[in-house]
Amino acid sequence: MRRYSFKHSSILGAAAAALILFMTIGTLGAVIYRADGLTGISAQDWHVIRFTLTQAFLSALCSILFAIPLARALARRAFFGRSLLISLLGAPFILPVIVAVLGIIGVFGNNGIIAKSLNIPTSIFGFHGIIVAHVFFNLPLATRLILQGWQAIPSESFRLAASLNADCRKVLERPMLRAVLPNAFLVIFLICLSSFAIALTLGGGPKSTTIELSIYQAFRFDFDLSKASLLGIIQVIICAMTVLVLLKITKPQEPTTGLDRPVEMWEKPHPVLDVLWIVSAFIFLAAPIAVIISDGIPQILNLHSSLWPAAIRSIWIALLSAFMSLFLSLCLATWIVSLKTKGKWIEFIGALPLATSQLVIGTGLFIIIFPFIAPYELALPITATVNAIATIPFCLRSLVPAIRDAEETFGKLSDQLGLSGYARYKILIAPRIKRPMGFCIGLSTALSMGDLGVIALFAQPGGGTLPMAVYSLMSAYKMEEAASGALLLILLSFVLFWIFDQWGRKNAHS
Amino acid sequence: MLILDKLEVQHGNYRLTADLTLKKNAVCAIIGPSGAGKSTLLSAISGFIKPTSGRISHDDHDITHLAPSKRPVSILFQDNNLFPHLTIEQNIGLALCAKLKLKGKDKQRISDMLNLVGLSGFENRKPAQLSGGQQSRAAIARILLQDRPLVLLDEPFGALGPALKDEMLDLCVDMFRKTQKTVIMVTHDPIDAKRISDCVIGIKDGKTSDVLPTGAFFKEPPMGLSRYLGS
Repeated sequence: MRRYSFKHSSILGAAAAALILFMTIGTLGAVIYRADGLTGISAQDWHVIRFTLTQAFLSALCSILFAIPLARALARRAFFGRSLLISLLGAPFILPVIVAVLGIIGVFGNNGIIAKSLNIPTSIFGFHGIIVAHVFFNLPLATRLILQGWQAIPSESFRLAASLNADCRKVLERPMLRAVLPNAFLVIFLICLSSFAIALTLGGGPKSTTIELSIYQAFRFDFDLSKASLLGIIQVIICAMTVLVLLKITKPQEPTTGLDRPVEMWEKPHPVLDVLWIVSAFIFLAAPIAVIISDGIPQILNLHSSLWPAAIRSIWIALLSAFMSLFLSLCLATWIVSLKTKGKWIEFIGALPLATSQLVIGTGLFIIIFPFIAPYELALPITATVNAIATIPFCLRSLVPAIRDAEETFGKLSDQLGLSGYARYKILIAPRIKRPMGFCIGLSTALSMGDLGVIALFAQPGGGTLPMAVYSLMSAYKMEEAASGALLLILLSFVLFWIFDQWGRKNAHS
Repeated sequence: MLILDKLEVQHGNYRLTADLTLKKNAVCAIIGPSGAGKSTLLSAISGFIKPTSGRISHDDHDITHLAPSKRPVSILFQDNNLFPHLTIEQNIGLALCAKLKLKGKDKQRISDMLNLVGLSGFENRKPAQLSGGQQSRAAIARILLQDRPLVLLDEPFGALGPALKDEMLDLCVDMFRKTQKTVIMVTHDPIDAKRISDCVIGIKDGKTSDVLPTGAFFKEPPMGLSRYLGS
């Protein structure tokens, strides 16, 4: 097969791919080059590596263990608010980490609700705090992944099982879990491997430090590039291996629609248990947010003076980052689709940001820029760019299938009519992908808005983003001011996501 | 005159050879079992698949290596002939300007064409607001406006009911004969071929038959196609 109308897209696509390669592998190269030879792995480094792997393993395990009964309960029970609850399970993905951390401290911390009401001393800092925060973020993700598994079971299978009086858990749930769980486990494991903000805020000193956090400390406190690069390489190797396994076991999944209807199961044992699971999961997930709202509201009209300028900076970064991410993803996605099966390789490049460490990218950019201009001057554009690169894998996931679908349905017609270059984009592609496009901009905006990563490397006092400002207040134990900042952050993140997502939905053509 | 000169097309494991000459203004059906290569042949003529060897020429011009939009060819696909997000006027206007910068003169030509196919006043509607038959009419209008000498019909109007399908085939052929097009229609249904075509090409196992007059073709089907066609 030969397509004639893709010449422009391959130039732009190749440029986008080159930029991603530069930002992921190029920056790592810069760090290694500047490191003047790697020192050996110290005992402390080994501890950090072990800690990172252990916490990621346990976080993924706990998330999945709790998600199995929760997903089962949600799959088979129909109740008022079910579909709302399931859509809320998607919310933690764009919830700023610092907000959740503040909320978790507000519930489980030594001044939190539990400590106060039960009058027992609690501490949330350290290993268990990191696990709790990771489960808070990833239990909903795991639940949604398993629910998709439930939904993918054909309804005939449930009917067959019912007519044979077979045990649904044995003949349907277990095979489904065997297919879904490895994937879900690895995705969460990967997310927790590169955990920075949670370890930064809830980690308790040198004993509970992740690799990403150590890179930050080596760079920011000691300017020890040799150590930073060594840890960076280790981080990339671990993440890349996880991604490779993940790609290997992930089968192309057909998009399952309709998580909003329960499965057809006739025998529904343990109604009390199901209710218990749903209610306790809801409390676990909602309580931290409720704490932020109740603590934040009194101060929301009287915000700490550092918060407004930080909020404005954050909005700029988020918008800049989202549009960069969308532009790069579009270039890349169009190229991937035009390459047909060969596009797999480019898709792999598009997934690279998942395997690389944001802190390494930041350090590398610092080294590259340093000879020319003080990197602190460029803190905001750099943060926006790194955020944009980091969200490309998610954007590709929704854009590539949409563009592929448009090309499959109308590609020949467009070739016939001579639609090429920008005209092809404007007439064929853009109108067909409004909805995923809106979702992508919304997602990237919210992710960048809440990001507390690279900015921590570059920010000068009084020049950070809103999450940085909230973190500073929190570090100074100004918890109520921090809560009001967190509330502002949630509002901005979700409102921006909602605006763009709605734009996509409204303008979507069937 | 369209000449396929020892044309060879490779599509996956599948190979098609074609060697035939089609007279100007003919209305010709390509008929054969599914998987025999009907659509592959059409794709080769329209430029979606590059032949491995041989030549395609039209009126003494070699078109073997031209892009689909540069060929003297327009196509009516089985479905998805209209972009659902564009108005009827825009959909038809694509025949005049791929960038959709339509001037007053262009709009007048579009309206005239809509008149001709019985869709006057439908300029600003979206395809979803039209019935299946009306959508087919709009697609025919665009092909007429493209005004290219060769028209390919790829199992046309498959989504329509039998009566409407016949009506559209008749309209199509009537319009295309009036405007002196050469028409090639891929079909698996002998009734369609008998209804509109004056010649037939049989296709089986990756090979094409000679171009035969419709009557002669069905009287004595070549290449053992009689089993497929039934009696």
